[in-house]
Amino acid sequence: MSSPRPEVTEPSAPRIGAGPKAAAPDQKPGNSPAPEPGPDSSAAPVFKHGSVVGDRIFRGISTAAGLSVVAVIVLIAVFLLVRAIPSLQANTVNFFFSSEFNTTDADNLAFGIRDLLIVTVLSSAFALLLAVPVAVGIAIFLTQYAPRRLAHWFGNLVDLLAAVPSIVFGLWGIFILAPWLEPLAKALNSSLGWFPLFATGNVSLNGGGTIFTAGIVLAVMILPIITAITREVYKQTPGGHIEAAQALGATKWEVVKMTVLPFGRSGTIAAAMLGLGRALGETVAVLIILRASAQAASFTLFDGGYTFASKIASAAAEFSAPLPTGAYIAAGFVLFALTFIVNALARSVVGKKVNG
Amino acid sequence: MAKRLDIKDLNVYYGDFHAVDSVTMSVEPRSVTALIGPSGCGKSTVLRTLNRMHEVIPGARVKGHVLLDGADIYAPDISPVSVRRTIGMVFQRPNPFPTMSIRDNVVAGLRLQGEKNKSKLNDIAEQSLRGANLWTEVKDRLDKPGGGLSGGQQQRLCIARSIAVEPDVLLMDEPCSALDPISTLAIEDLITELKEKYTIVIVTHNMQQAARVSDQTAFFNLAGVGKPGRMVEIDHTEKIFSNPTQKATEDYISGRFG
Repeated sequence: MSSPRPEVTEPSAPRIGAGPKAAAPDQKPGNSPAPEPGPDSSAAPVFKHGSVVGDRIFRGISTAAGLSVVAVIVLIAVFLLVRAIPSLQANTVNFFFSSEFNTTDADNLAFGIRDLLIVTVLSSAFALLLAVPVAVGIAIFLTQYAPRRLAHWFGNLVDLLAAVPSIVFGLWGIFILAPWLEPLAKALNSSLGWFPLFATGNVSLNGGGTIFTAGIVLAVMILPIITAITREVYKQTPGGHIEAAQALGATKWEVVKMTVLPFGRSGTIAAAMLGLGRALGETVAVLIILRASAQAASFTLFDGGYTFASKIASAAAEFSAPLPTGAYIAAGFVLFALTFIVNALARSVVGKKVNG
Repeated sequence: MAKRLDIKDLNVYYGDFHAVDSVTMSVEPRSVTALIGPSGCGKSTVLRTLNRMHEVIPGARVKGHVLLDGADIYAPDISPVSVRRTIGMVFQRPNPFPTMSIRDNVVAGLRLQGEKNKSKLNDIAEQSLRGANLWTEVKDRLDKPGGGLSGGQQQRLCIARSIAVEPDVLLMDEPCSALDPISTLAIEDLITELKEKYTIVIVTHNMQQAARVSDQTAFFNLAGVGKPGRMVEIDHTEKIFSNPTQKATEDYISGRFG
């Protein structure tokens, strides 16, 4: 870009400053022949025809691919609703506000999702609260602080966490982490029990089969995906922005605060929402860790119980009669809607940040 | 404010690679010094050593001294961050912070230095934008993001950001190479005005620009392939462009090479 300029401005004397001004009108006539090829293109109809057919085929294929995703989502929703509605009509308690979930008597179904919703949301939100700051910290370390070699190996290690099967996380959670967390849980409960989240729940703290343990295990499980996405986003921070901050005398942390974090903000939100989606749907690990309770959930981290996913998995053996099965499908539909809403919210937040 | 720079026997290395060989030059306060020369001759590298920006590249180091009014910016107890707070830099591509408003962009450096007084920040923002000849164009949209401005306006915003902290020296690394001729002219006029208050060192590929804006010009060249870049000569700008002492300089400015 800059190299032709000296030649254009060469004739005018230096210091007058007329050089660039004179160059500007000169360049316009140079650009004007551009529209001329327009009429020419009609002279090659055969070529044009061929490219249009190819374009149509390609557009058809990609449109079909796009529509198939919509179709799959709609079909899943329809399937869930169709199977759930008869059971919902036969339900004898309020579906949204009852803590009961009794499907053994098909003639007298009583199922409500209150507890499932509380346990699912609480464990996932707790996991997200723990995982996001750690993941952002790891991503900042890997992209801004770590030497390249170390960052590579460390990054692979974090990715490896994602490859651990969730049943292994479950076993680790209940047999190793839970006993280890027991003193901490008891200390929190006895000293901060006045705070609702740390109040005594519906299961014993002995053994650690609580949302507290499950949330920490979930946090470890969603850490790799959040880290991987935020790391990729932070890596894209334009060098010019970083240099601008450095040239103003920003320290490393100030550079991160002024450029990397604002630039990666929408990516961080998207990553957190993906992690939340995983936590909401996690089944086996939660099923192994959480201890069942006869009492209703009370919105504390020291409750036990079931999430949507673990409840459905725990009852998989019962799925023979359509009506009781429909009760679980209704619960599944709520989980489906919940993840859908979370994603939609995340998209709107991300979209706003990009536009604003 | 507006201090003199003395560069003494400055060598720059990237790891084992000797990038620039023994540069010695002085920059007077309230003057413009242009660094010219072919690509890869080390002029941008030298510019970056003047506020220690080269240190962001792993393995980059210097031997020699850069004295700011007699104080060595490479003294062991001086941190690069503190050097960059007093020696500002404007880059090739305009790089305003995209998430910040125009006003926040201008006062970003002051905020880093801990200034919190809102009315003082607003005053300095106006003063700096006026100083960068941008005030009348943006005064009605100070709270809009800086990314919405044209390239030339963005570059003047970056200059406003640099002068808001009242730097001792202002470094410019090809500030017009991404701009159209009219924006370039606006920046050149601005440089001539800024000279009254600031010490300016500018790297440029445009020799007419060097001739128009600078008081002294340093010509850099490569000694050969794989050899370090070096400063061939430095002199008053009129002298360099009319009657250089070195043959290489004459060849370069007359377009016979490079």
